Amino acid sequence: MPASPTQRLLALALAAAALAAPAAALADPVKVGFVSTLSGPPAALGVHMRDGFLLAVKQLGGKFGGQPTEVIVVDDELKPDVAVSKVKALMERDKVDIVAGTVFSNVLMAIQKPVLANETFLISANAGPSPLAGKGCSPYFFSASYQNDQVHSVMGQYAQDKGFKRVILLAPNYQAGKDAMAGFKRHYKGEVVEEIFTQLGQLDFSAELAKIQAAKPDAIFTFMPGGMGVNLVKQYQQAGLAGQIPFLSSFTIDETTLPATQDAAVGLLSGAEWAPDLDTPQNKAFVAAYEKEYGIVPSLYAAQGYDAAMLIDGALKAAGGKVADKAAFRKALASAPFTSVRGDFSFNTNGFPIQDFYVVKAVKRPDGRFATQIQSKVFDNAADAYVGECPLK
Amino acid sequence: MTAALFFSQLLNGLQLGVILFLVAAGLTLVFGVMDFINLAHGVQYMLGAYLVAVLSAWSGSFAAGLALGLLAALALGFAMEVLVFRHLTRRDHLEQVLATFGLILVVTEGVRMIFGSAPLPFPVPAVLNGSVTLFAGLNYPVWRLVILAVGLAVAVLLWVLVNHTRAGMRVRAGSTHPEMVSALGVDIDRLFLFVFAFGAMLAGLAGAMAGPLVSVEPTMGDKVLILAFVVVVIGGIGSIKGAFLAAILVGLVDTMGRAFLPDLLRALVGKSAAATAGPTLSSMLIYLLMALVLSFRPSGLFGGRPS
Repeated sequence: MPASPTQRLLALALAAAALAAPAAALADPVKVGFVSTLSGPPAALGVHMRDGFLLAVKQLGGKFGGQPTEVIVVDDELKPDVAVSKVKALMERDKVDIVAGTVFSNVLMAIQKPVLANETFLISANAGPSPLAGKGCSPYFFSASYQNDQVHSVMGQYAQDKGFKRVILLAPNYQAGKDAMAGFKRHYKGEVVEEIFTQLGQLDFSAELAKIQAAKPDAIFTFMPGGMGVNLVKQYQQAGLAGQIPFLSSFTIDETTLPATQDAAVGLLSGAEWAPDLDTPQNKAFVAAYEKEYGIVPSLYAAQGYDAAMLIDGALKAAGGKVADKAAFRKALASAPFTSVRGDFSFNTNGFPIQDFYVVKAVKRPDGRFATQIQSKVFDNAADAYVGECPLK
Repeated sequence: MTAALFFSQLLNGLQLGVILFLVAAGLTLVFGVMDFINLAHGVQYMLGAYLVAVLSAWSGSFAAGLALGLLAALALGFAMEVLVFRHLTRRDHLEQVLATFGLILVVTEGVRMIFGSAPLPFPVPAVLNGSVTLFAGLNYPVWRLVILAVGLAVAVLLWVLVNHTRAGMRVRAGSTHPEMVSALGVDIDRLFLFVFAFGAMLAGLAGAMAGPLVSVEPTMGDKVLILAFVVVVIGGIGSIKGAFLAAILVGLVDTMGRAFLPDLLRALVGKSAAATAGPTLSSMLIYLLMALVLSFRPSGLFGGRPS
């Protein structure tokens, strides 16, 4: 591939600089370590996120910002300790410039310390734990996704807007489940009839569903990621509740679980910052390309992975193809120099996006595939709740 | 709390117990008769769900899918016995655990390579979808009633097979006095082969019954394996009767715990303490039950094997 005039100029400048300082030579590709969960039960999410990222890399001709690029994908196995040792290897052995990915917050919280201490850029394509948005924010961290609480808050605001008076909350008994309930209650002012905590990985929900039937709430809100959500949705429909009691959820109904739940999920609601039918030219192109490449409908994880890659590409272009000047690259990243498939997208001072949030509904598309569809916009250009605690300006 | 809700939860507990019995029945047969710790039992349950899901979709009929899937599960049981288990029957338990754990990894990864890690669709057969009103205001899913019926039928069938047939007599004898049975001219290896394959088919049936309720994914078997072992240990290793009673007991304790323990605690210790203790305690109940049973009857409710 012939070098562009700017590249040639750059090469000359670098050659001169190389005598004085051991700057990265132009021949060195930009290296990105991509950390995703590719084994264990929640691997479907990690596969979507990785495939979205790699689709963007492919569309960019294998180059971020026009530079030769090497993407190293590693599997965190959903084990924080494994993730840390693999990320350390990425930084020390492979000398990556950027670490991206992470589906789960516990993995991100484990790797953020060594990555950010090393002043390596860290770009989340999904996880958005509150410490990184608030007191623990870092100039080297950017989120191409959302802050975790926001997705739960969307459903709380929706329940409030709809005038639901009595709601039952249902979530697994661990930190993320408690956070989900807290996030829901931030904007919901009605009565919470009961907070039902279930076991992590619970198979049978008959006891909880009987309770819900007996209590007759105006709606339920649930956070049941992965296989637990598939179990719950199937059993909710079989108990005849699907048409009766509105089902509000977060991270439960999406394109990673819809192929399994199919008709049982149709009509159920979820909070999201993206859906396949979001009407922007970038999104239409992305969804069509993803469906053509992988034969399935993309989920929000895929969209975020795609955006993360496009963000890196845009920032590298804006920074003249170099990561080495960290201040310049950070400035470039912070300006969010790309067009998100979500449309409106800009970074707040803590590196988290300011964006719109929607209520989405599971539907069967005319082509027979199942997907989420935008029902209504709940938040417009929303910032997260923790940005005030972040000292960055 | 209304009486209707209480009965509904009782039914839920029974029904969960019956699913657990389906999973545990094959395990206790193999464990008891062959003295074989088969960790791969969960994998056979998962394969059953996958086979029936795929074959139902392919044939367009759940009945055909179920029949073909069970035959395939039986065939896989024979194959696994001949290829792997046969060589381990006279080894010690640690080696069996290691080998069958290896089998879990290989089969799970194999299924992931073929079908991917995303869960597979497994809808309820159309005629059995939906719910019926058993008590005023409380609907009960038809499929759960089907599971209840199938589970009870299997229990009766096993009881007849084990207690009232010649093959069953050999199985019972083989579980307590294998050398004597062998000395009397019974081909014990052949007996094991059939018992094992039958156990694999039972696990497959459990997977097929649970498939419409739960997420059909490569690791689905891992989640029920622990529960199945709890049932087998409480019931007494090798005892079908014990497995049945233990499964119903575990199902009831688990369901009633989840249903009423948080409310009970709220009344006793106040709302905030109950919110943290309730769910934790209710998820521990079945293990407390196991500890309790074992402290009074160290070999389980109906375990008679001299060790």
